[in-house]
Amino acid sequence: MERLIEEIPNFFTIWNVIFLAKAMGVTFLLTAIGCLVGFSVGGLLAIFRKTKSFYLLPLRIFIIIYTEIFRRVPFLVSLLLFFYVFQIIKISDDLFLIATITVCIIATAYIGEIIRSGIESINQTQWDAATAMNFTYYQTLREVIFPQAWKVILPPAFGFFIMFIKDTALASQIGVMELTFAAKILNNKGFSPLLSFGTILILYFILSFPLDRFGKYMEKKLASNRN
Amino acid sequence: MPQIEIKSINAFYEKLHVLKNIKLSVSKGEIVSLIGPSGSGKSSLLKMLVGLLIPKSGKMYLNGNLVNFKNQSDLRTVREQIAIVFQQYNLFQNMNVLKNVCIAPTKIQKRNPKEVNEQAITLLEKVGLKDKLKSYPDELSGGQQQRVAIARALCLNPQILLLDEITSALDPELVKEVLDSIRLLASEGMTMLIVSHEMSFVKEVSSRVVFMDEGSIIEINNPKNIFEKPKEKRTLDFVSKILKEK
Repeated sequence: MERLIEEIPNFFTIWNVIFLAKAMGVTFLLTAIGCLVGFSVGGLLAIFRKTKSFYLLPLRIFIIIYTEIFRRVPFLVSLLLFFYVFQIIKISDDLFLIATITVCIIATAYIGEIIRSGIESINQTQWDAATAMNFTYYQTLREVIFPQAWKVILPPAFGFFIMFIKDTALASQIGVMELTFAAKILNNKGFSPLLSFGTILILYFILSFPLDRFGKYMEKKLASNRN
Repeated sequence: MPQIEIKSINAFYEKLHVLKNIKLSVSKGEIVSLIGPSGSGKSSLLKMLVGLLIPKSGKMYLNGNLVNFKNQSDLRTVREQIAIVFQQYNLFQNMNVLKNVCIAPTKIQKRNPKEVNEQAITLLEKVGLKDKLKSYPDELSGGQQQRVAIARALCLNPQILLLDEITSALDPELVKEVLDSIRLLASEGMTMLIVSHEMSFVKEVSSRVVFMDEGSIIEINNPKNIFEKPKEKRTLDFVSKILKEK
């Protein structure tokens, strides 16, 4: 304990604080980009997957295969796979870019599935009524289905986002300098593991807590039928 | 020229043959009641008429025009002219009563919102729900929801109204209210197809009665004959059984 207290002034040097802040930024960006892209693209996938048009059949098949594969493969495996694919075909060796792309692909598959099940939770009678009154598919989704589906979609979606903040730690495995990797480096430099990992524990909490609150806020705002 | 004419319609839910070789024509201003046991295809027939159930074979003419069920613009035309009130009301749960009634006329038919609003309020007043304009469906009783659904269908200004067992969820007092509104519509010359178990109402209001069983039309007759001297034995069995229960 005494050692720990002695270490603190050395640990929180300007250089280390900047180093941790940068790493936190990387974790934040990975999560934020993943969630935003995942939510929008995943939403589109869910919407197309429910279409009935014959011409969109190839798209639907693609969506099903895509979703089913990336929801079943462990995140780390996808990450390593993309890492090596990128190296082989020499598109880019920017580790952050590779991690971001992987994160987006995974998030899209997961959130797409959450949104799809949300859409499907709404009773067929609502579709029938809308169709009988000449609502198009997209009008029905916008006016009738999504306003009711949010309360089914948002809790698991935000649960996923928060889990996702933690999952980005896996990006350290390919060398992306995010929070977990930063802690490892500080630990390797001789700082005690308790201090290094304890600090990022707090930083992870600082990242996830506001997101959790934001989720609750959105649930209240969107998930109420009374709007 | 009949307003609706259907010829040899066959329709399926998955593999279940729900409409078998249905032939029926309905003239303008006619009130045709559909009776028959549960699962006899009455509701399916109404759903088919608005294109919610696409027939596998057969033809349908609306005002003399052949309806191509595979063509979205044909289906839109059909749905502009035929409105349906579902057995389960199917009100939009995320909208209040007034919005439920107004949304399709304003957003889909692109009519003047102010005018639609006035019409909606008049209609809701007519069905006795003037004080429920801002209520949500889950705050209403079954009977109230049913009447909102009727107002919603009428606000579309249809030529033809389909009513699917609209009295089954109502308590006796409300049955009278709802049936009174239907009578009023009937007197105004609206073409209607009504699925009902209210035999006395059917008898009173119908121009013709269709008896269905197991997906087929067994008999079409005038309301007096179908209850008193039906042509078919199956009709007689059904009618006598249901009248005995009353």
